[in-house]
Amino acid sequence: MKSVIVQDIKRNYGKVEALKGISFEVDAGEIFGIIGPDGAGKTTLFRILTTLLLADSGFASVDGNDVVKEFKSIRKKIGYMPGRFSLYQDLTVEENLKIFATIFETTIEENYHLIKDIYQQIEPFKKRKAGALSGGMKQKLALSCALIHKPVVLFLDEPTTGVDPVSRKEFWEMLDKLKHQGITILVSTPYMDEASLCNRIGLIQDGNFLKIDTPENIINQYENVLLAAQSDKMSKLLKDLRAEADVHTCFAFGDSHHITIKKESLVENGGNFSIEKLTSELSKKGHQGIHIEPIKAGIEDCFMELAD
Amino acid sequence: MRQFLIFTQKEFFHIFRDRWTMMMLLALPIAMIILFGFGITTEIKNTKFAIYDPSRDMATLGIVNTMEKNEYFTLEGYVENPDEMETIFKEGKIGLLVVFSEGFYENIIRTGDAQVQLIADGTDPNTASTITNYATNIIIGYQQELLEVGEIPFQITPEVKLLYNPTMKSAYNIVPGVIGMVLMLICAMMTSVSMAKEKELGTMEVILVSPMPPILIVISKVIPYFVISMVNLMNVLALAVFVLEVPIVGNFFLLIFVSLLFIFVALALGLLISTMVETQLVALLLSVVGLLMPVIMLSGLMFPIENMPIVLQYVAQIIPAKWYISAMRDVMIKGLGFTSIIMEVAVLSAMAIVLIAISLKKFKIRLE
Repeated sequence: MKSVIVQDIKRNYGKVEALKGISFEVDAGEIFGIIGPDGAGKTTLFRILTTLLLADSGFASVDGNDVVKEFKSIRKKIGYMPGRFSLYQDLTVEENLKIFATIFETTIEENYHLIKDIYQQIEPFKKRKAGALSGGMKQKLALSCALIHKPVVLFLDEPTTGVDPVSRKEFWEMLDKLKHQGITILVSTPYMDEASLCNRIGLIQDGNFLKIDTPENIINQYENVLLAAQSDKMSKLLKDLRAEADVHTCFAFGDSHHITIKKESLVENGGNFSIEKLTSELSKKGHQGIHIEPIKAGIEDCFMELAD
Repeated sequence: MRQFLIFTQKEFFHIFRDRWTMMMLLALPIAMIILFGFGITTEIKNTKFAIYDPSRDMATLGIVNTMEKNEYFTLEGYVENPDEMETIFKEGKIGLLVVFSEGFYENIIRTGDAQVQLIADGTDPNTASTITNYATNIIIGYQQELLEVGEIPFQITPEVKLLYNPTMKSAYNIVPGVIGMVLMLICAMMTSVSMAKEKELGTMEVILVSPMPPILIVISKVIPYFVISMVNLMNVLALAVFVLEVPIVGNFFLLIFVSLLFIFVALALGLLISTMVETQLVALLLSVVGLLMPVIMLSGLMFPIENMPIVLQYVAQIIPAKWYISAMRDVMIKGLGFTSIIMEVAVLSAMAIVLIAISLKKFKIRLE
């Protein structure tokens, strides 16, 4: 059975089209990642699926229940963690968890096994006010609260935004464990590097899905020739590369610039591009220590190619 | 039921853990009743007065003595010549100047017609008229004393008697008003602000995606403020009785019943505001401007409704506090029974029912 079905959902805020008719399905027990920049429509989509917003048109169901007509049944069996920290800051860690367990008509003891791995890490601070926790601990508490009633589907809206790299890694390890307990997870993130941790991903931009597939397939379908370039003057290099006739796109990626080459410049299409030629032209412009090599595309490169 | 209990408990935690909220909820009403009861008073005590008296005879001295004995007046001194009369007012030393005509006593005896002029500082007309009223009463009183001994042809002098509040204590008027204000402030403002807080911090979003029925969210939100309102009501009443010495003449339970009704109206108003706003600041502004100001200005607490322009008189009719204050004065000060306040009770009940119905209907089960 499909856990989540979305068919041609549209939603406008005044004149702004937040979602322009999107459709996708999520299988039971998979981690489905919705990857896209800020303002792509991720939060709107999550709010529609969690019955907090009504779509202008289209159909959506969660675990077989219509998000509009059967919103009450959905609210009983999903877990939702909004993008910003939404627990009671003036209550302690333990009190927050107890409140959420109680309003979902369960107890901490009953489902302790579900949250044990996560909650154990913050349990030493259970008498501390939630507002006084660090970013990573807040996320763990929020996840514990969203999980305490053993939801069928878990909606996590940008759970790792503003969280340190170590906590982010731990967080994804937890999601993987939850998946093995049979919980379907819908997670959104602006971090492309987290995409490979999902079973399938949907790349979203401006209210449309660019592509929905497994991370591997998306990477394998990458068509361009991709190079990574470095030199001693990185910011000048970005400008110079963009000015090159053979270069199609050039983006800064951490410690190197990722460039794609125009199709007509490639040798197989009758062009005369080569790495040596590019290197010599760059050294004419005053660059030293130039290092250019072909690389395998990542999700972010795929996103750039699809968004292009 | 467990959902409801833990939510109510949570709400109490929110209140008790925020020192400023606590202060606001419990200390403010007490401060208000004391301020309004003692500080802001329309009574005039110890008004300094001066005398210009060219006669200096038995009658004038008698009047001056009686005034001096009165707790409302203190003699500042005599003015020796008429030129000083204006300067002494300009210096702001006195509030009243009593000017006797020449040959005062002789005039009384011979013609039965002596003149005394009362000059008061008219920059504050209310105070001035109160002072002159007091002074007139004293002079009339003295005149009557003379009547008994002398042989002045009979005169008819009006006697003013103030019912229910014979000593003209302003606390009698203020207490019901302050209770109305305090209840409006706590119930409406705090409820709307705490509801807006849930929206602003995003907790409402998480709570909505749960099996908790929205009606329970509302009720559990309101209960703590209801309890605190009752505590405050008792505090203010106790202060009124024991500190301000305003007696509760009427039936105590009727008083509580009317107050409960008003609390429901105020809570419903708070809920209504919270369904309209997204942030605490807007909720606060709306409560102060939309609720508190009308209570102060239009409920009859400060200014008599009868003296307002006709349009404002109509506006005053839709202000719950107007009906509440009127009912409270009837029960608390005049000691009237239920039959006298049926109108007020009916209006307040109707308001409560309509407002609660609207705010429950408007309560959003989604984010917008």
